[in-house]
Amino acid sequence: MIRTVNLQRRRTIGKLFHGLFLAATLAGVALLLVLLLEVAREGIGWLDWQFLTSFPSRFPASAGIKSALWGTVWLIALTAIFSIPLGLGAAIYMEEYARKGRLNTFIEINIANLAGTPSIVYGILGLALFVRWMALGRSVLAGALTMSLLILPTTVIASREALRAVPNSIRLAAYALGATRWQTIWSHVLPASLPGILTGIILSLSRALGETAPLIMIGALTYVAFLPKSPMDGFTALPIQIFNWSSRPQQEFYNLAAAGIIVLLVVLLSMNAVAIVLRHRSQKNLRW
Amino acid sequence: MIRSLLFACALVSVATTAGIVWVLARETWQFFQQVNVFSFLFGTRWTPLLEPRSFGVLPLVCGTMLVVVGAAIIAIPLGLGSSIYLSEYAADRVRGFLKPALEVLAGVPTVVFGYFALTFITPLLKAALPSTQVFNAASAAIVVGIMILPMIASLSDDAFRAVPRSLRDAGYALGATKFEVSTQIVFPGALSGVLASFVLAISRAIGETMAVALAAGATPRLTANPLQSIQTMTAYIVQVSLGDTPAGSMEYLTIFAVGMLLFLITLAMNLLGNRILRRFHEVYE
Repeated sequence: MIRTVNLQRRRTIGKLFHGLFLAATLAGVALLLVLLLEVAREGIGWLDWQFLTSFPSRFPASAGIKSALWGTVWLIALTAIFSIPLGLGAAIYMEEYARKGRLNTFIEINIANLAGTPSIVYGILGLALFVRWMALGRSVLAGALTMSLLILPTTVIASREALRAVPNSIRLAAYALGATRWQTIWSHVLPASLPGILTGIILSLSRALGETAPLIMIGALTYVAFLPKSPMDGFTALPIQIFNWSSRPQQEFYNLAAAGIIVLLVVLLSMNAVAIVLRHRSQKNLRW
Repeated sequence: MIRSLLFACALVSVATTAGIVWVLARETWQFFQQVNVFSFLFGTRWTPLLEPRSFGVLPLVCGTMLVVVGAAIIAIPLGLGSSIYLSEYAADRVRGFLKPALEVLAGVPTVVFGYFALTFITPLLKAALPSTQVFNAASAAIVVGIMILPMIASLSDDAFRAVPRSLRDAGYALGATKFEVSTQIVFPGALSGVLASFVLAISRAIGETMAVALAAGATPRLTANPLQSIQTMTAYIVQVSLGDTPAGSMEYLTIFAVGMLLFLITLAMNLLGNRILRRFHEVYE
């Protein structure tokens, strides 16, 4: 236990480590700042209206992210359509219906492990299942289905937490008035937990926004000079375009990649900001 | 009716796991019709795309390990240090600023880290150590370390905060300094949670793809030199799928064999990490 060394020395050691722990924390923040500054320095000069509204090109000066941006919008919209009902449904079942038992524990362990499965493994699943077996081809639909499975665990985990935060007295009050279980959930539990659920969904979708590996696996194209018109069309996405530009040796393409990263990070950070505001609001309005 | 519908939603997650296992197992089985299991697992040459073909996966495993060990050396001390600072030292206001900053770091897409490794870390390394190759394991290891740092910090922070305040107060009552309370009372009390955070973060590092695909290179080799170009399991899978590989060809099958190995390793680590987490949650409740 605490050894009998003189107090002065123990205090010095304490101070020293206080400094070290602080330094470790600041290192993380500093790295984030360096990363952001570096990206901004390289990319800001290339970021203009022409960049946002042009198709990719062999010539850096006229290249842009129009198709990548629209591909990402398609991808995220379709992913939201699939993953929100699925994730929310699973969460409602596990929180409100399931009895504590082996099956529920099994599903829980399964979801925890899925959350840790590398995204590229989902890509392999998407390639074999959606692209080949269901013959959806390298379409934005196949990409969205793969992404939906990828973010399902995070959506379920976040929604369950939000549902769990609703106190039981609300449910009991509804039952006491003769409401059925579904009426209780639909008119009381869900509205009360909505901000929390939305926060979770936004954060999950923002994960899908930045994922690259699964899209490469299912064969999202790296050079696309058209916009998807239906879910069955080929597509590219922002992270893919950034990857493509980063893997070229010329400095100009690095600059383009940095400009693409700025756009990606701005979208991501504004999604996070919405989530934080929602969380803040829910904490303010709902005091049980 | 609604109940069964919701149950079906919950089953999708189970079906996903089953789907992953089935897809990987089916093609891996095909792969092992043509390649001996032992020469795959213990072979030291990986040249599946070039004649003479050789399917020894050890160079890819070695490359992965090189990156993971490097990432752990960076992320474990920094992550642990920040979690102790956040839970034991930081005032609420400071915490309210630092914690979201780490969350933002955790939310940066991996392809961005890949770009950062290539354009920022590698030139730095080159300036310091001129023998550094353009693509090298060290650069990838550094960014993967930065990437998993928030995960260790946040999970360990949770573990530290689950240690009851009464234990800390008991330490202070005996005249311990803050450092002594943190390292000799709180840390042992949260050890299982901290270990779980390491296991889960390392599992994440093993599965990390885009940063290593961009920065670590495409040269499968058995080496312990982090300044050389290597290839990880994930980067190999990306390399093959970037090309045009017809279904059923040998290149196509190698994706699944390597993917299977990757899945099994991360699955084992996730099961272990989550198991430790579950057990530790019961301790103080």
